[in-house]
Amino acid sequence: MKPKSVAIVGAAETTELGKIPNLSQTQLHCDAALNTMKDAGLGPGDIDGIATAGESPTNLAMLLGITPTWVDGTSVGGCSFMLHVRHAAAAINEGLCNTVLITHGESGKSRVGRGGGMRGGGGGSSLPAQFEMPYGPAGPPTLFTIPVLRYMKTYGITEQQLAMVSVIQREWAAKNPRASYRDPITVDDVLGSNMIAYPFRKLMCCLVTDGGGALILTRADRAKDFPHKPVYIMGTGESVETPMVSQMEDFTSSKAFRVSGKKAFDEAGISHGDVDHLMIYDAFAHLPLYGLEDLGFCKPGEAAGFIGDRNTAIGGKLPLNTNGGGLSYMHSGMYGMYALQESVRQMRGIAPAQVPDAKISIAHGVGGMFAASGTVIMTNEA
Amino acid sequence: MPREFKRFAPTPSPETQHYWDGCKEGELRLQRCDQCEHTYFPPRPFCPKCASREVSIYKASGKATLWSYVIHHRPMPGFKPPYAIAVVQLQEGPRMMTNIVECEQTPEALQLDMPLEVRFESVSDDINLPVFAPAQK
Repeated sequence: MKPKSVAIVGAAETTELGKIPNLSQTQLHCDAALNTMKDAGLGPGDIDGIATAGESPTNLAMLLGITPTWVDGTSVGGCSFMLHVRHAAAAINEGLCNTVLITHGESGKSRVGRGGGMRGGGGGSSLPAQFEMPYGPAGPPTLFTIPVLRYMKTYGITEQQLAMVSVIQREWAAKNPRASYRDPITVDDVLGSNMIAYPFRKLMCCLVTDGGGALILTRADRAKDFPHKPVYIMGTGESVETPMVSQMEDFTSSKAFRVSGKKAFDEAGISHGDVDHLMIYDAFAHLPLYGLEDLGFCKPGEAAGFIGDRNTAIGGKLPLNTNGGGLSYMHSGMYGMYALQESVRQMRGIAPAQVPDAKISIAHGVGGMFAASGTVIMTNEA
Repeated sequence: MPREFKRFAPTPSPETQHYWDGCKEGELRLQRCDQCEHTYFPPRPFCPKCASREVSIYKASGKATLWSYVIHHRPMPGFKPPYAIAVVQLQEGPRMMTNIVECEQTPEALQLDMPLEVRFESVSDDINLPVFAPAQK
């Protein structure tokens, strides 16, 4: 990093130390964070980066009212916070964020609300465990899907339009020999498939498969020495909103998508018309609708019509999820890697359903149930 | 919504104890910031809007409207499918996940924006869970 380019301007510990049975582990993080913000004279709206270990940064963002453009959950043991400082310095120097909060809290003696995990610490006393789990959700098909009826009512979107997302992605999958499902389907097929969680039928839900993927990155000036056509990173974005879908600010739009997408576009310095190829993580059929709107390709409520008019289909002006997506290609649980792999194939010019002359591709991902988001804009032009 | 098996019961944490105590006593408790008057949920001992630690607990009206939902059709311990997993908009502002009771679990019966009022269902010796029923006119 660049020496003396970044400084620590706030530092504080929890109000008490020793034995604190009246605060959960999560609240020890929050207590330390509040004291540190006060020490620096800052409020939640002044923080745009968050790093923590042993707790979900998404949980802290929701609790503390922070909208980050940079998040680090690196957790490698007791030295994690030294790594956070280093990563934060790099992020600040790179302009990914300006003001980073790094938190620690640990109920090491009283052991109140320990547990951890993506949806926040605390096991049976985590916030999702207390305020969502008792109502009978059975994983993503019953959580990720909850906002969609509000979206459909707000914009007058029909179940047929939702089903069309699956139909058009199957058309892409038909061109891909590695896709799990390749046979053509109709809107009636989708609506007639088994009801999972109304209004979501089986063919509106992603596959469950096995698989993996990996990437190697290096400096652009070295990239030409490698066997394949380099794919350059033009812009990136990230954010988190809440580990609880019930606490999403707006059920018709993802704040994490909007923040992540805008940051990536600003960094890349491109406009929507420059984009040749798009991947939007589609764990369920409504995600491409939210993604197209929150990334700014469509106005609110217009994505279903945009897809229905075949703009994202083969031969359309914005080819979307060209591998068949999580709905038809594969979905191992953390599908983001496969969206990235398809963007790289498109930029290398070797995709099974290659978009002719594609020069700029976006891979936009989601984490949890609208909890987190990451956006990567790539190009094959140096 | 008949339940043949016990459903998942939450474990209160120090900062949520007042909420579960309230449910046990038949009232829905929310928190409001003494500085900026923001009402928020889920419970925490500070305001997520202005970071003030001066917050008060108060009894909410128990009135809400149906904001969004899914109707789950797959087996789940403690539930008899199909059953709705819903999010309601509380009159005081926050939204929360819940179930809708005293109502058919169908898209026809479950109309978005329908008025609801809180009920409490015992799920364990210690826990009463807030659920919502169509408001009685």
